Amino acid sequence: MFRYLVRRLLQMILTFVGATFIVYALTFANADDPIQALAGERPVTKAVRETLTERYHLNDPFLVQYWYYLKGLLTGDFGTSLTGRRISAMIEQAWPVTIKLALLSIVIAATVAIVAGVISGVRRGSIFDNSTLALTLLVLALPIVVLAPLAQLIFGIKLGWFPPTAGRNASLYALLLPALVLGSLVFATELRVTRSSVAENLRADYVRTARAKGLSRRRVIGVHVLRNSLIPVITLIGVDIGTLMSGAIVTEGVFNIPGVGFNLLRGIRTEDGPLVVGFVSVLVLVFLVVNLLVDLLYAALDPRIRYE
Amino acid sequence: MLGKSPWKMAVAATAIVLLASGCSGSGSEDADYTNSAIIGILEPEHLVPSNTTEVSGTQVLESLFYPLVSFDAQNQPVERAAQSITSPDNKVWTVKLKKDFTFSNDEPVTADNYINAWNYAAYGPNAQLGAYFFERIAGYADLQARDPDGAGPEKPAAPKASALTGLRKIDDLTFTITLSAPFAGWKSVLAYNVFYPLPKAAFSAPGVISEGYEDAPIGNGPFKMKGSWEHDTQIQVVRRDNFKGDKPKVAGIIWKIYQDQQSEYADLVAGNVDVQTTIPVESLSSASGDLGDRFKKSPNSAFQFVGFPTFQKEFQNPDVRKAISMAVNREEMTKQIFLDSQTPATAFVSPAVNGYRPNSCGVACKYDPGKARTLYKSAGGPPSLTISYNADGPHKAWVDAMCNQIRASLGVNCTGIGEPKFSNLLAKAENKQPVGMLRLGWVMDYPLMESYLGPLYTTTGSANFWGYNNSTFDDLVKAGDAAKTPADSIKKWQQAEDILAKDMPVIPLRFGQNVYGYSERTSNVTVDLFGEVDIYKIEIAVDK
Repeated sequence: MFRYLVRRLLQMILTFVGATFIVYALTFANADDPIQALAGERPVTKAVRETLTERYHLNDPFLVQYWYYLKGLLTGDFGTSLTGRRISAMIEQAWPVTIKLALLSIVIAATVAIVAGVISGVRRGSIFDNSTLALTLLVLALPIVVLAPLAQLIFGIKLGWFPPTAGRNASLYALLLPALVLGSLVFATELRVTRSSVAENLRADYVRTARAKGLSRRRVIGVHVLRNSLIPVITLIGVDIGTLMSGAIVTEGVFNIPGVGFNLLRGIRTEDGPLVVGFVSVLVLVFLVVNLLVDLLYAALDPRIRYE
Repeated sequence: MLGKSPWKMAVAATAIVLLASGCSGSGSEDADYTNSAIIGILEPEHLVPSNTTEVSGTQVLESLFYPLVSFDAQNQPVERAAQSITSPDNKVWTVKLKKDFTFSNDEPVTADNYINAWNYAAYGPNAQLGAYFFERIAGYADLQARDPDGAGPEKPAAPKASALTGLRKIDDLTFTITLSAPFAGWKSVLAYNVFYPLPKAAFSAPGVISEGYEDAPIGNGPFKMKGSWEHDTQIQVVRRDNFKGDKPKVAGIIWKIYQDQQSEYADLVAGNVDVQTTIPVESLSSASGDLGDRFKKSPNSAFQFVGFPTFQKEFQNPDVRKAISMAVNREEMTKQIFLDSQTPATAFVSPAVNGYRPNSCGVACKYDPGKARTLYKSAGGPPSLTISYNADGPHKAWVDAMCNQIRASLGVNCTGIGEPKFSNLLAKAENKQPVGMLRLGWVMDYPLMESYLGPLYTTTGSANFWGYNNSTFDDLVKAGDAAKTPADSIKKWQQAEDILAKDMPVIPLRFGQNVYGYSERTSNVTVDLFGEVDIYKIEIAVDK
């Protein structure tokens, strides 16, 4: 177990540095003229341009710029954005609300998906099974750029059930609608996977054995089937964190939540390399840690799995 | 091994995290919300006056600072923080400040506050985005660094001087501004936010603004900061009771920050924000239904046009340019695509400035497909045309429509070309690559014709990206700057504009309008030429 953990952590360092390098290279290739982006459509005087270019090392070759950035990163300094804000402070301000939102949508999506998936897996071919199929197809077909404004219009403005926007210090209730929208991104696939996994395990030998031993139906499904069926679902949830983060770019914009997704979008729009890389680095970290946790959870779910 | 319990633990832990985060977030400040007008903005880039040139930052600064002059309904400059601003020769201007004004930290406002702030703004190495406003003041050139290798790796040498020679303190409340050349409209220029004073508290050392200043700017204005700038969330200001100037009617303003105009509009309809100054195009068709008579329009200074790269041979004949202009139906464009949120333009300066004449462009801006076609043929116009635009803005629809009109009128092929960003567009034009016609827009810095004529059309103009040059025109604009009275200036500038109508360096297309809306509890909402809410007039009904 310990050796496994160390190995994974070492791999994480490599992945982390590699990911920041690639993202830095991409934003570098994307940036034409960050100073013009800063000034909008106004002309920039020569003096301003020269000073800002020197200040942010914009004219240095790519590797030199990356070196400056990495040097800062290793000393815990994420640098400053082109508008002069400390990126570490921006990350600090942006994370809490995004984590809240992501957790909320994971919990909602996973709960709904697992419950509905188990029911439709057990009662294959029933009305419930078929209607969830139709629903998941519908949700899968609707891209989030459509779904988010639509949900805002219907539930936020027309019906008035939820506040139409959330903001940074939003209550749990205000975050519910964006979380539902975000959760819909992953809920459909999670439901389908749960259903097929449950359906398959119901035919397994150990289930027959359990039934033959005279265990109650509830115990057979709730403990024996569910536990084994959850392994692929948990994997999926781990990977879904990535989907949720990219979905957050849209959702956070629509519901006015100044979180990670919004900051990423802003960084890309203003060609602000350090800003994008700063946020992506933290995203990469979260993604790596969550997936390590998911892998460790396997062992809890299936005692046959051992890590050496 | 982990055993059976981690399951329950994981669920419990998640529940606790959710509950905790939910509870900590709901610090409600309901009292502030009922007493203050909530006005939507975008996240400002900066809140140091001289570094702020975008409208959101400008708007916030307007509540924290009091300008030397501002404009009346006729766009004439009127003294506010200044007692008088006079000049015998339009070159040396004497500014007398009103007595007893203070900053919100009770520091008195003196001439030094202006001089220090302006020297900071104009000093090249400070890279203030608003520095170009100070170009007219004597000594500006000496404050700019000369970089030996352009934008190369070598550090630029320090500028020759750190203070403008054109600024001189007479006494605590009087100072003079000497311009490098006479300019009759200088008083109007002083209204811009880069000319706000800075308190001593803003500087940590002479010429260095302290790091935290921008998070809670101290100004001489009618409001002061409450707390500090909550990035991406809001900026809250409250009325100063001991303020000596004009008193606003609301007890405070919450500048609520939105990342997206659509979400701001949703909040406006739901009543969570009081004023939205720009209703997004997507919502225009439903706005009058959603808001009723709280949906308003007012003129602003934006001017949208298409420029000709006059360095390209095929566009060098003015008749070709005229013919293309006559092939465009401006009314159809503003009506069908912009749903009347913009108005057709048939002049080279905006109606927002004095001296504007509604039809100075004359026949060249009149839609006449038949004449356009014959003129285009006889002038030998190119067989195909392109219009470049920046694809990150909302331009594709109207550029394509314009191309369709040109195709129908002139019988030549026309295509819209989207460049990813505005800077790509500029780079092509500046390097004199064959870019074809290009879409551009302009908003004024101060309500004078010169704010359009100078930067856009003079040979050295900062925003003349298409290389138009006409020395007679340049001379007339300069003569207007140097004229004795504003009325004389306008005469000269109008003569200059007449030259544009002959030369057609650009096709005027549309003038902007503010399309704004406000909540039920708000009244007296006006949005000015700069797209800013009048914070002195706005009122809210406070629930008892």
